[in-house]
Amino acid sequence: MSPSERPRINREVAALPPSGIREFFDLVTTVENVISLGVGEPDFPTPWHVCDEVYDSLRRGFTSYTSNLGLIELRREISGHLCRLYGVEYNPDNEIIVTVGVSEGLDLTLRTILSPGDEVIIPDPCFVAYGPCVKLAGGVPVPAPMREEDAFKLRPEVVRSRLTNRTRALLIGFPNNPTGSVMTREELLPLAQIAEEHDLLVISDEIYDRLTYAGTHTCFASLPGMWGRTVLLNGFSKSYAMTGWRIGYACAPADIINSMMCVHSYTMMSAPTPAQVAAIEAIRRGEPDIERMKGEYDQRRRLLVKGLRDIGLSCFEPLGAFYVFPSVKSTGLTSDAFARQLLETEQVAAVPGSAFGQAGEGYLRATYATSMANLREALVRLERFVPSLERQSRARNGQP
Amino acid sequence: MDHAILEILSKEGRCTPGEIATRLGVDEADVAARIREYEGKHVILGYHALVDWDKAGDGRIFAFIEVRANPERGAGFDRLAEHIAGFEEVHSVHLISGTHDLNVVIQGHDFREVALFVAEKLAPLPQVVGTATSFVLKSYKLEGRRVAVESEDRRLPVTP
Repeated sequence: MSPSERPRINREVAALPPSGIREFFDLVTTVENVISLGVGEPDFPTPWHVCDEVYDSLRRGFTSYTSNLGLIELRREISGHLCRLYGVEYNPDNEIIVTVGVSEGLDLTLRTILSPGDEVIIPDPCFVAYGPCVKLAGGVPVPAPMREEDAFKLRPEVVRSRLTNRTRALLIGFPNNPTGSVMTREELLPLAQIAEEHDLLVISDEIYDRLTYAGTHTCFASLPGMWGRTVLLNGFSKSYAMTGWRIGYACAPADIINSMMCVHSYTMMSAPTPAQVAAIEAIRRGEPDIERMKGEYDQRRRLLVKGLRDIGLSCFEPLGAFYVFPSVKSTGLTSDAFARQLLETEQVAAVPGSAFGQAGEGYLRATYATSMANLREALVRLERFVPSLERQSRARNGQP
Repeated sequence: MDHAILEILSKEGRCTPGEIATRLGVDEADVAARIREYEGKHVILGYHALVDWDKAGDGRIFAFIEVRANPERGAGFDRLAEHIAGFEEVHSVHLISGTHDLNVVIQGHDFREVALFVAEKLAPLPQVVGTATSFVLKSYKLEGRRVAVESEDRRLPVTP
């Protein structure tokens, strides 16, 4: 029998663009002696007391399913934690759901709230999953560009210019991956006003909330009138160095959480139980770990920003997450060409900004979630690399 | 800024004043002056490499000596402790709480050398009432660092 002529892959899936990160990853694995500034996760191991608590739970047999919403003890801890940090109140009984990382939280939210053709405004550049997840949920992602001149903040007039009568939600993520930009309370208020005026839901991915290096993080749901129209997404991966545990949560009014639970119950059932145990321990006793890691990130951040500027790359000061987003426009190369040549000639891996959206073209995402020694060596290599590009560029233009 | 400088140098003794200044967002000259002051006042006692002697194949050994002693009127254990600290073989000396008084770490080339030092130099000191020697067989963590390779990075080289 001949193979079927009908397409075997769902049209939406087949149309998804290949992930720029994935392509770059494949390239990096072919090169030796690489110093990677391309990793989007902490270089610290999960705090030992967290692992120790999980060992103990396994010995005691905590290995079965939990409630679809997650362990009530964990939901109570999350509720208390958010109230202490931001003064936002969520009822652990019906306004919090524990998810398999923020990734599932995002997918779950979009699948729960979007109807076919609904538009979702997303920042550009942004985390690589935003656009594809909107599409997979039947929606249409509408990028709202952010610019270096605005310190990569999402400007209300840009959001307004993207509104249509199909706009259903605004999906934001600050502190921002890939730029490291943050938005203050005053800067978020106009976005809240837009949400109010146009009856939008706001999905706020705050996974990097604890990694801010100036001022305090503003939880979107804490803005006036926003609690009722916000789905707050957060998790344990970045603050507590727990990426591989895959544990996050979503908080929202009960009607939304109830529908999300319905979807989640048919797809995930419940987040992994050992990871939920780990998360409880992290919230209860992990504050000193956060402070320790954040202190270290902050020192590396200053080192990397100064090092890049000394080399001659324009680099706005990132005040959150663990990324810097220098401009490589002065070299005359595209993001992709710069990243490839840097990898080939100096074996330093950093992700082209274009992998995060069109507005990321001309930039490079470099992470400082790597050791000080690696950062120093990467800067030495960049210091050789960037001037060599300028020499090439002058030679091309026939200048001495 | 004070403890931040010490915090960095206590883990990375080779960090330059310039880098410390960048990392803390302060002036390099201030950092250099502060470090000189620490060195002058012996807040910073020295800089050294943390060596895994086992791996170096050097064969040296360490022993913990629990020393019980009689305190002196007016000086407590200080004079005895300073006396013990004077010996070249002594790596560190601590006054401690609990079942004995001083904890002495001895460094030597073999068991016999350490045992003889204890028998001939430490135990006969007039204030010393008794000693108990425990030899180190294997070290797992030294001065805050895991001895087993801890730098292994299991992360994928590029992730979103």
